[in-house]
Amino acid sequence: MSDPNVNWLAIDSNPKFQALHRKKTFFLWGLMVFSTVYYFLLPIGAAYYQDLFKIKVWGVVNVGILFALSEFVVAWTIAYVYSRKANKEFDAMSQDIINDVNNGRMK
Amino acid sequence: MSSMLKKLFLSLAALSISSPAFAAGVVAPEFKWMTFAVFGVIIAITMAITFWAARSTHTTSEFYAAGRSVSGIQNGWAIAGDYLSAASFLGIAGLISLYGYDGFMYSVGWLVAYITVLLVIAEPCRNIGKYTMGDILAFRNDPKKTKTVAALSTITVSTFYLTAQMVGGGVLIKTLIGIDYEISVIGVGVLMLAYVVFGGMKATTWVQITKAVLLVTASIILVMMVWAPYGFSLPGYLGSVVADPDVQKQVTKLLGDKAAMMTPEELGQRFLEPGLFLKNPIDQISLGLALVLGTAGMPHILMRFFTVPTAQAARTSVIWAMGIIGGFYVLTLFLGTGAAMLVGPDKIAAVDAGGNMAGPLLAQYLGGGEQSMMGNFMLAFVAAVAFATIVAVVAGLVLAAASAMAHDIYVGVIRGDHATPTEQVVAARVASGIVGIIAITVGILAQGQNVAHLVALAFAVAASSNLPAVFLTLYWKKCNTTGIILGMIVGSLTAIGLVMISPNMTYPKAVIAGANKVLNGEPAVPAKEAAPAVERSAFICELFALDGCVLAKPAQAATPEKPAKPGAAEKLAGLTAKLQPLEASLPTITDVTAKAAAEADVAKLKKDIAGVEKAKAKAEADLKKVEGQTTSMMGLEKPFFLLKNPGLISIPLGFLLVILGSLFTRDKRAEEMWDELYVRQNTGINAEAASAH
Repeated sequence: MSDPNVNWLAIDSNPKFQALHRKKTFFLWGLMVFSTVYYFLLPIGAAYYQDLFKIKVWGVVNVGILFALSEFVVAWTIAYVYSRKANKEFDAMSQDIINDVNNGRMK
Repeated sequence: MSSMLKKLFLSLAALSISSPAFAAGVVAPEFKWMTFAVFGVIIAITMAITFWAARSTHTTSEFYAAGRSVSGIQNGWAIAGDYLSAASFLGIAGLISLYGYDGFMYSVGWLVAYITVLLVIAEPCRNIGKYTMGDILAFRNDPKKTKTVAALSTITVSTFYLTAQMVGGGVLIKTLIGIDYEISVIGVGVLMLAYVVFGGMKATTWVQITKAVLLVTASIILVMMVWAPYGFSLPGYLGSVVADPDVQKQVTKLLGDKAAMMTPEELGQRFLEPGLFLKNPIDQISLGLALVLGTAGMPHILMRFFTVPTAQAARTSVIWAMGIIGGFYVLTLFLGTGAAMLVGPDKIAAVDAGGNMAGPLLAQYLGGGEQSMMGNFMLAFVAAVAFATIVAVVAGLVLAAASAMAHDIYVGVIRGDHATPTEQVVAARVASGIVGIIAITVGILAQGQNVAHLVALAFAVAASSNLPAVFLTLYWKKCNTTGIILGMIVGSLTAIGLVMISPNMTYPKAVIAGANKVLNGEPAVPAKEAAPAVERSAFICELFALDGCVLAKPAQAATPEKPAKPGAAEKLAGLTAKLQPLEASLPTITDVTAKAAAEADVAKLKKDIAGVEKAKAKAEADLKKVEGQTTSMMGLEKPFFLLKNPGLISIPLGFLLVILGSLFTRDKRAEEMWDELYVRQNTGINAEAASAH
């Protein structure tokens, strides 16, 4: 499976790749932790903060329903934010690295 | 190949014409022809897709990965199709129709799960993998060992999920249109095999897309019809759900004694508040963990990312899938509450205790009701989409299991990666046939069995075994073969073991006690004094039934004495005694209004008698099923593990053992290959290319 024509170690230690790696790690973990915490607020709220969930805010619509609906909005927002960042930044950075490899500048 | 397809088609036609199989279903007999016409059209469409796909399915890459020619948007729809199984689309609408808010809360986890898939799984898998999860794990580890474990885990997860789908599908089709269970299962199996064996991944993908589009369209139409009368106002619509007497009656039933002090408005409002269905928050969190981490480890979902040409397309496909799946789950709020308000929870539960028929019954109601042409057409359409759903999801699972068997075990381990392309495709087709036949057999054998735990099990095993291994091999340099093997084996065995001793299994003593309550009635309960709240003795007591454990209990108000409840025989005698004189007096009543009232009373009594008789028959059948048994399959009288979902324990354990196994052993290859794996998963250099057409 290994390709002897590519020096993987060199790419891994290249500053360009390191920059991509740092940015990506920070961004992905931030989103992941936020989304997990936000998701688990729903079962926790429904179990331990029922009085809060029962408050009616918009006709019969209560905090619980709005919070559950907000989970959808948050999930979609995370998807949008990630794809924007990846399309604009990460793809360009990795394309740059690929070009360097193909042109023999990173061997 | 086309002559084989033709034969298959003929035998299917014969299946659907063989009339002795018809029994009572939701569809009235005079509209059966229409149901079959709609089914026929949808089956014909999928067969045409298979025929078209079969012409371009010759190589391994085409068979397993549709030649990597699926676009991001197409794959997004196909993922949504894979995910919106009958259980999630009929089941969640049903849960909402019976339990309100809790049902809706349940659906959130299924969407959030895709964030994990999007952020950490989809793109690296596309860049590293070839056809299976085993390929990803074998990249920098011992290929033979990891492929074997990966394949076993894939086959286990697929089989659990598959069995649940087959049994659920068989029951569903029987309830809807009254085709015998066995014939339904065989029908699903034969169709699914046709898609997979002839059309491989391409046919499976396009069948999924077709089905997802149909499903979403049908749901949007239904929601429009439910919501439009309220000018698309959310408070206006939910306000009338809350004010509905059927909904209030259902809440009264669920709350029991507690409902006595509540006004009708409070009862209705309670439907939109948590706690009617999900009673144990720790179980909830455990399920949430299994969903959020298990989806990313489901082999048929992972496999979808090998069908797209680039990592960018993999990303696009998850975004589309999240849009479709999320949008669909928002719609279920309206489908479920709409069914509760318009059809009524009582009637929904009478057709299927789990509420699975809420969506189809709502369609029938909106089209004009049981006797109308349009109502039955809409019911037929929703039923046919449900059928297509089951077939398509099963096809995806069979393909995943077959790829593990053929690509990982046969080609990778037995032939040491030295099989000719032709041999590989033949192996893939043969494996699909084997898995398909196993699926049909297991489906028929599992008739009437309790399969609810199998879905939870599939997700728990995927989250405790597949995900830790895939995740750590992709992101942790020290991860190696020993860790992966140890983590996957312990993770999956823990998940399976805990479910075997959990409340999901059948405990004969509880079944017997429940049945006896119905048959013999309940003795009177003396008045109870108020009791103070009890604190639990330790957290571990929430998880296991240990000696000396005290469970937390809220303070209890004093309850008055409860009278004894009569048994079924006594109830029947009472009802019949009331019915007979009333019926006898009917011809003597001359007054028109009085006669109508008396007739209504007779009809109500007859309905009650039928209800009691049904409950009695069920209790007797239950007793017969557990006759002579006192313990569950595992020899337990009552559950030892108290959660229905083992994820809370098995997932951390899976991760822990991959880490420990990797730390205590050294694997030179795993470390040497790390640079390559890490660079490749981030940049996509040297990823499997799309096959040229």
